[in-house]
Amino acid sequence: MTRTLGWLALAGLVAGLVMAFGIAPRELTQGNVQRIMYIHVPAVWVAYLGFLVACGASIAYLFTRRTDADQLAHAVVEVGLVFLGLNIASGSIWGKPTWGTWWTWDARITSVSIVFLIYLGYLLLRQAVDDRERAARYAAVVAIIAAPNIFLVHQSVNWWRTLHQPASLLKAGGATMPVILWVGIVVNFIGFGLLAAYFVARRAALLHREAQAAG
Amino acid sequence: MFQFAVGPDRERLAGTLPGLLWLGFILSGLLGLGRTFVVERENDCWEGLLLAPGDKSAIYLGKLAGNVLLMLVVEVLLIVLFTIFFDIDLSPAIPALAIVVVLGTIGLASVGTLFAAMTAGVRARELLFPVLLLPVQVPVLLATVKATEAGLAGEPLAAYAHWLQLLAAADVIYLVAGVLTFEFILEP
Repeated sequence: MTRTLGWLALAGLVAGLVMAFGIAPRELTQGNVQRIMYIHVPAVWVAYLGFLVACGASIAYLFTRRTDADQLAHAVVEVGLVFLGLNIASGSIWGKPTWGTWWTWDARITSVSIVFLIYLGYLLLRQAVDDRERAARYAAVVAIIAAPNIFLVHQSVNWWRTLHQPASLLKAGGATMPVILWVGIVVNFIGFGLLAAYFVARRAALLHREAQAAG
Repeated sequence: MFQFAVGPDRERLAGTLPGLLWLGFILSGLLGLGRTFVVERENDCWEGLLLAPGDKSAIYLGKLAGNVLLMLVVEVLLIVLFTIFFDIDLSPAIPALAIVVVLGTIGLASVGTLFAAMTAGVRARELLFPVLLLPVQVPVLLATVKATEAGLAGEPLAAYAHWLQLLAAADVIYLVAGVLTFEFILEP
């Protein structure tokens, strides 16, 4: 099952690469640098989707007290942080030639890095609490508060300042992007999603064994 | 300290005043909030809280009310001190400032009380508490600073109503989440 997921993820990533480098056209003003978008955008979608899953799994854990729900939340947050880090790093690499700087306190960069810090705090808290059951409960509460907070962070930081181009895909009135780029992003999103699911399955299984070993 | 950090330039000081004010509130709030449940932990009264009859969220709301009250007292004192030492006249902005301070304090204290209960029995409490709390509080900090800025500049309420709405929304979300999840933290 997990192995099949792994092969599917590989196939999805190859399809994504083919879309990004083979089929998608070269962008006129930015050139090849623009192709970073095909990992930049899907990575953040996958990460945020993961944080929503973590919130759901945490609620399920608090109600049912099934440890696998907690292990799922833990694994999803870790993998989500990796993908969010990928998003920040790729954005930084793209920003240097395009905006002329690695980093700027622009609205979306700021809000994404704050979300990154919040979930880093989640992992720190898990580390700091010795008792497994108590760590799981505390972490679940943080995950539940953090998810709606993502929207508050985005809204407030957006009003605060803006340099980043507004979202071109997910907005009212349809996308302002040629269909071929759009398809490229979606194909990559599916590939990344499969890869993340594979990572999560592996990590959750490992956490399960750790819990068993610890008794 | 702030006087030294920003320099003696009065213009610049006036521009940074809302931010300084809220940084002061948050730093003083962190000190008080972090200790909310320490007494219970140190004196082994945690079981007493658990055994208390009635809904556990009542304990949360009680602790929260205490924190909000304490923070408000400190904040009023700080504002008075600010007006004296920086020689600023805040009197025309008092109604606006009062709304922002109350809403912002509820926002800070609602998550702060919840996280304080969480970190009370944890190693490295002093470190973990701000690390958890501060990123979560960014929306509250931004909204309060922006609304204070507009309020002090004498802008009409409509000009910064969206910040107040965001602040109120944050308060409601944090409060509801706190009331619903507190019993899970209280378990031994």
